[in-house]
Amino acid sequence: MLPARFDYIAASSVEEAIAAKAEGGDETRFLAGGQSLLPMMKLRFATPSKLVDINGIARLDAIRRHNGQLHIGALVRHADIAASDEVSGAIASAAPWISDPLVRNLGTLCGSVAHCDPEGDWNSVLLATGAEVVAQGPSDRRRTIDIGDFVQDFFTNSLADDEMVLAIHIPVPSGPSGGSYQKLERKVGDYATVGVAAHLELAADGTIAAAGVAMTSVAPINRKATEAEALLVGNAPSTELFTEAGEAAAAAADPRDDVRGSARWKRRVVAAFTQRALAAAAEQAQA
Amino acid sequence: MEITININGSDHTADVEPRLLLVDHIRTGAGLTGTHIGCDTTSCGVCTVLVDGTPVKSCTMLAVQADGRSVTTVEGLKTADGLHPVQQAFSDEHGLQCGFCTPAMMLVGAALIEDNPDPSDDEVRWAISGNLCRCTGYMNIVKAIQAAAAAASSNGDS
Repeated sequence: MLPARFDYIAASSVEEAIAAKAEGGDETRFLAGGQSLLPMMKLRFATPSKLVDINGIARLDAIRRHNGQLHIGALVRHADIAASDEVSGAIASAAPWISDPLVRNLGTLCGSVAHCDPEGDWNSVLLATGAEVVAQGPSDRRRTIDIGDFVQDFFTNSLADDEMVLAIHIPVPSGPSGGSYQKLERKVGDYATVGVAAHLELAADGTIAAAGVAMTSVAPINRKATEAEALLVGNAPSTELFTEAGEAAAAAADPRDDVRGSARWKRRVVAAFTQRALAAAAEQAQA
Repeated sequence: MEITININGSDHTADVEPRLLLVDHIRTGAGLTGTHIGCDTTSCGVCTVLVDGTPVKSCTMLAVQADGRSVTTVEGLKTADGLHPVQQAFSDEHGLQCGFCTPAMMLVGAALIEDNPDPSDDEVRWAISGNLCRCTGYMNIVKAIQAAAAAASSNGDS
């Protein structure tokens, strides 16, 4: 199964890649890992007229800490994140659950985030951790977009036609923190039946200073459970509190009956996963 | 577009369309049919090859993306001394039934052992979790990869 014909450019710099993208507009796509884009092209769900391959661009493959943030570049593969000592919390927890080992060797975090597949795992993790997307345009035009504003709708992000995702920035809390991603999948490589990401930061007195909870595959897009987050902040971590937050998350979920299970059952999985993810996050933060 | 890929140790230059998939280039262009096409939708893993030593699905990579890189297919596993330990172990442990997934399973096994010379059963199972065996012969595949790891490390010790 071949994709439809397209022009191909192997860019050797970010400037060159963005110039090629700007020239081609909406019909031009960046190619990083290609693990979602190429299958979509083979099935004719996507028929770009030009691909700008960014794999040859230097210095986009770094994971590093800088100014209280974790920076993950556009060519960092899921497998790199899973193997990195720099990552922790929900990011580290989610990485081994992305697709399968072969896809993880090529697919990238930035590509997944830009793809905005509502059943993708990463955007829930980024919503829970309060990440930002760095969008690079022509010349020195660069902006950071909160992940909540970046994800517009399913398969729709807020990038302009001449912008490229250069990196994802994830805050690294200065105080005690923890995070977890809980995912139920029928088999390795399948989409999540249900996924829940949780992130907690604790104050000096042990109460919850900040909380993030977001869900995969139970709404039209990755959804933050804002009521659950509000319940958590200011309180001391406890099983009762996390159970209550789980119920709030379940109420905020909007799952559908499908081949992976009934909506009613998925809601119960959201409640259980939220509780488990929060318990794991608190345990890390208290360690 | 002209590309040169080092396949199993020899440079292979060809003029290809950008849309040509690496798996088709390996099978049709280079004539190496040990790399199979199964689902063709990034699900089954039978098209696995090593690109610069890393296992990837060659149905989900363009041939042009492999320009200037090294590709190892099942045909490249054997060494001057004969079969690769993984190949010998698949034979000894009956790690195959129909054989369709076998080239991919052996390449993933070889890459795993390279990275982790003494994997646990769990680690082997996770490593092959992107590769389907529709004969469901997983038990002997895991046994074979374990046997290969043991043989490779005892060779290394001697």
